[in-house]
Amino acid sequence: MGQTVAEKIISHHSGRSVQAGELAIVSVDGVMATDATGPMAIKAFHEMGGETLWDAARVSMILDHATPAPNEKIANLHKLLRDFAAETGCHFYDVGEGICHQLMVENAHVRPGDIFLGADSHTPTYGALNAFAAGVGATDLAAVMFTGKTWLKVPETIRIELVGELPRGLSAKDVILTLVGLLGVDGANYMAIEYTGEAIRNFTLASRMVLANMAAEMGAKTAFVDPTGLKLWYDWTPTYADADAQYAQQHVVDVSNLKPKVAVPHLPSSVKDIDAVAGTKVHQAFIGSCTNARLEDLQMAAQVLRGKKIARGVRLLIAPASRRVFNDALSDGTIQILSDAGATIINSGCGPCVGTLGGIPGDDEVIISSTNRNFRGRMGNPNAQIYLASPAVVAASALTGQITNPTDVLDTTSEWEVL
Amino acid sequence: MLRGRTHVYGDDIDTDRIIPGKYTKTLDMSELAAHVLEDLDPNFSKIVQPGDILVAGKNFGSGSSREQAPVALKRAGIAVVIARSFARIFFRNAINIGLPLVEVKHHTIRPGHEVEVDLIGGVVHNLTTGETYQATRMPSVMIDILNAGGLVNYLKTHRDYKL
Repeated sequence: MGQTVAEKIISHHSGRSVQAGELAIVSVDGVMATDATGPMAIKAFHEMGGETLWDAARVSMILDHATPAPNEKIANLHKLLRDFAAETGCHFYDVGEGICHQLMVENAHVRPGDIFLGADSHTPTYGALNAFAAGVGATDLAAVMFTGKTWLKVPETIRIELVGELPRGLSAKDVILTLVGLLGVDGANYMAIEYTGEAIRNFTLASRMVLANMAAEMGAKTAFVDPTGLKLWYDWTPTYADADAQYAQQHVVDVSNLKPKVAVPHLPSSVKDIDAVAGTKVHQAFIGSCTNARLEDLQMAAQVLRGKKIARGVRLLIAPASRRVFNDALSDGTIQILSDAGATIINSGCGPCVGTLGGIPGDDEVIISSTNRNFRGRMGNPNAQIYLASPAVVAASALTGQITNPTDVLDTTSEWEVL
Repeated sequence: MLRGRTHVYGDDIDTDRIIPGKYTKTLDMSELAAHVLEDLDPNFSKIVQPGDILVAGKNFGSGSSREQAPVALKRAGIAVVIARSFARIFFRNAINIGLPLVEVKHHTIRPGHEVEVDLIGGVVHNLTTGETYQATRMPSVMIDILNAGGLVNYLKTHRDYKL
């Protein structure tokens, strides 16, 4: 019987041919934890009897969730991770280097065909690389640091074929919001997703990461973007599903007539066409997070904001996904355009998205955000309303002070870069 | 066999509502119980008693990977969580820290019902209504981890996974 991508990668890592539904013990190629999960993982690792890591070169610790430290308690958690990295020799990314998922991909700590576990729920992001990547909690992560292995149930797979061509002004975020709306917040619970089809053949790595990233918002264990058309800077071998692989569900979605999408409070699956919410007054706009803070996202915002000023009474916060993204956006002039437009550029990290540091909204305020979750309280205040959208929608909304379709404000003489 | 009084909530209760991210940046787990479910029900941490049972709808524990979510529930005294379904990371985390869970697709449990959970047998008895509900069977490795009191103890004993 044919195999899905998940079945192939797990078979390769468990030494036998597996099918969905079986339990398997697999070797793990890499793990990472952040300042949100790393301290508990280190504690559990020591409690298990762990002294030296199974393989320090395969372990990364990243400070990104509450950085720079806002108080002494968090400063001490940062110190704990810093000291652990120095003692064990694992990879370490200090304050300001970037968001964990961006760093794992940029620095090739995860590669196509790998099994990678991260103590962060958006670990499926690496499915953009055709890797089996899943989020786990701190103790599961500690167990890999201790044994180099984990157990898992081979997931069933949902195949999503994306056909047609995305209209001007839309990007991967509009596609993934469409899918989250279609499948629901638990539509892929315990399952893997394979994204394929002509609509995503020309997607950049960054755009592929958006699709894989928000598989988490459908409950997926992991996700894979068809590697056809994927360009990487090192040698690699793609993994394709067999033609006769068995799927739990198959969907075909035509993206040709999509409108920009917005997820309204308080679920990422409460997705509407922008027309339904256009005109809603916004107080804060945020471009950041592991979902949409890469160079192309910042460029998209700059294209909307070039030579203009954001509306009075709106704060536009921008946190680039990594130092590399920030530097690239500095050298190509993107940061200058955004700053001239009135954006506040903040350090690379997760803070505003997860409500741990920076950009906490006031009561009854409306936030338009390029992030991935709009749960009540997510950004640090349960009395705020969070709307999720693409960086282009966020920028256009900051410009006008209300939720705005970017095609309404884009200069019609300039070509919208296909992303 | 776990027996207790129930608190009943709805669908899609995410980890931000179980324990908001702003409280999770600590290794002092005793602080978590005071804020458990506070954005969902500000009274919960005051009324919950040791041994109580939490009942929820579908997709309980969706969202972040924070293990502080099941820890906060356990620290608050919750003996077992019953839900129609659980988000996958939460499910693993709860078992790993020794908080029992049972997935029961169909039930009519209301707040304050007296309920008895048979984890090994995979059944839930509603002592108030006299009904019995079937629970989904857990993979054997999870029962072993739960019986050990969590993954730390399991690995302390076995040093490796056994299926």
